[in-house]
Amino acid sequence: MNKTFAAAALATVLMCATSHAQQINVKIGVLTDMNSLYADDTGPGSVAAAKMAAADFMKDHPNVKVEVITGDHQNKADLGVNIANQWFDVEKVDMIVDVPNSGVALAISQVAVQKNKVFVGSGPASSDLTGPKCNANNVQWTYDTWMLANGTGKAIVKTGGDTWFFLTSDYAFGYALERDTAAVVEANGGKVLGKVRHPINTNDFSSFLLQAQASKAKVIGLANAGGDTINAIKQAAEFGIVKGGQKLAGLLVFAGDVAALGLPTAQGLTFTETFYWDMNDQTRAWTKRWHEVRGVMDKWPTMNHAGVYAGTLHYLKARLALGAGEVDGKTIVAKMKELPTDDILFGKGTIRADGRKIHPAYLFEVKKPEESKYPGDFYHLRATIPAAEAFRPLKDGGCPLVSG
Amino acid sequence: MFEIFGIPSNALFSQLLIGLINGSFYALLSLGLAVIFGMLNIINFTHGAQYMMGAFAAFLLLNNTGLGYWGALIVAPILVGIFGIIIERTMLQWLYKLDHLYGLLLTFGLALIIEGIARNYYGSAGLPYAMPEALVGGYDLGFMRLPIYRAWVVVASLTICLGTWFVIERTRLGANLRAATENPTLVRAFGINVPRMITLTYGFGVALAAFAGVMAAPIYNVSPQMGSDLIIVVFAVVVIGGMGSIMGAIVTGFGLGVIEGLTKVFFPEASNTVIFVIMAIVLLIRPAGLFGRTV
Repeated sequence: MNKTFAAAALATVLMCATSHAQQINVKIGVLTDMNSLYADDTGPGSVAAAKMAAADFMKDHPNVKVEVITGDHQNKADLGVNIANQWFDVEKVDMIVDVPNSGVALAISQVAVQKNKVFVGSGPASSDLTGPKCNANNVQWTYDTWMLANGTGKAIVKTGGDTWFFLTSDYAFGYALERDTAAVVEANGGKVLGKVRHPINTNDFSSFLLQAQASKAKVIGLANAGGDTINAIKQAAEFGIVKGGQKLAGLLVFAGDVAALGLPTAQGLTFTETFYWDMNDQTRAWTKRWHEVRGVMDKWPTMNHAGVYAGTLHYLKARLALGAGEVDGKTIVAKMKELPTDDILFGKGTIRADGRKIHPAYLFEVKKPEESKYPGDFYHLRATIPAAEAFRPLKDGGCPLVSG
Repeated sequence: MFEIFGIPSNALFSQLLIGLINGSFYALLSLGLAVIFGMLNIINFTHGAQYMMGAFAAFLLLNNTGLGYWGALIVAPILVGIFGIIIERTMLQWLYKLDHLYGLLLTFGLALIIEGIARNYYGSAGLPYAMPEALVGGYDLGFMRLPIYRAWVVVASLTICLGTWFVIERTRLGANLRAATENPTLVRAFGINVPRMITLTYGFGVALAAFAGVMAAPIYNVSPQMGSDLIIVVFAVVVIGGMGSIMGAIVTGFGLGVIEGLTKVFFPEASNTVIFVIMAIVLLIRPAGLFGRTV
């Protein structure tokens, strides 16, 4: 009697297990810059964020098994494409996330189309990814050049900074940022007096800064990133540019850059981001966990890291909603666009037809050293740009997916 | 105010001055390289990493012991110099008799390792380093504002460069050193400890790199890759000046700084290429470099 009962129970359990919870296996590749100029803004921190998203999702959904692997594209498009091909074909990766460096990201988004997989670009800046170069396998999560230009540019022109001079990084990203910012400045009644294009990874900006100083523009727009921005700001202080009445506008600045500059040099800098670790209790708790997974205490998560976490989580939600079995990339991205997004870092949001993730953006100002109360206490929140205004209107992007 | 080639004279003068300042760094770094190559026949590819170590040492001294900029200017080169001596004793000394290529590969590998370690512990974004109080501010020269710190860089670099040149070319110690490079056996017969002299020379060359690193910390981004960004340019400077020529390294260092500065006015996009164009031309016309002796 006992035996029969036990056998029946076992059979029931087995039946339940097979019919109810079919296992879904997902493999996610974090393709990033592990060693070079963007490694602190993305890199190991992005890997940590992807692992946290995977762990959180698996805890709630034991029938989904998520594996995270990592690759270093070294800021080379050809190398990035090789890794992506290998991941999709051999390693059976379902989704690639992060990919700082717009040049590499534009190439990866094409690979995702060819293999019909998913690319969640949380690292790249170029607004072309959701403009003329948009596609149905691609979501751009965190930010883009239009949003940076709109947030920072508009705010500065409105407070009287109506003449601009650009220091522009001499490659695709710099051009995009300069173009988008100049458009915003002019649309708001400002004027661009001149620009100088410097090679990427420039050590000494004094010549360029003197040219900017001589232009007598009220605002010097830094259309560059990482070490270039840091060097330019550090040296601008030396030449008394800010004291002389000109204002510096860092168009793409991350928390890590502020730490590298130190508050005495960075104070007063105004720029736009979509995430700050110290926004609320949830972001603070998340940052605490991120520190543990990342294994360092003196780095601060950037909006890119937050984008990897949130983007991965939303991808997994969409993937789960489509059930077990093979699902192609286009279907998953369509599902991602259909489901509203909701996470602890960016709040509630949506993904538009062109692949643009929509959420609010924030205008921050770097605190004075005496205002900073604890490590990582960097920013004052100066303005919140509502989600509806933060990104380029759908119709203006020129994305072929948008009909009409 | 008048114009030269469509550029206002003020702008031109200020760019010339800026070029001279950048030239100071090139001169300091290429001087160390030239000393090491001239005396040891080693192409020291670790030079950039040692420059970076100087800047990092300044940062660590400030944050761990409270030792400020002026102290670091002395202590950091000594520490990094000792590190160089250890490298020389344990690894480099076995390579003097071999082809240059071996020394180059070893030092290149070391540079990658040092950079990798720094990146692992401190990340790639960089570390903050404040300017010493005494050097904040600037002089108004009429055509531009000259930051006090930059003026100090030029003075310090010129002093160190000319001092080094004087010691090597004009003193007994320098004479011994040069003799030891030419014919170590004979010099040893005079009772001079040649290996120790060579070791100390390497240590000195490395200390020069670290000194430049400390000088750079307040104005350039202190990051693991700061050396590798600069080292290629500095190598070009040494090649143009003539490998191993001390005066050549100093003069070309300052000269190329000025040329680069002018390029930044007339054709900014080419400013990181112009030095290599000059290098190619010099190599074609004078393969031994401007100040090099043809062997």
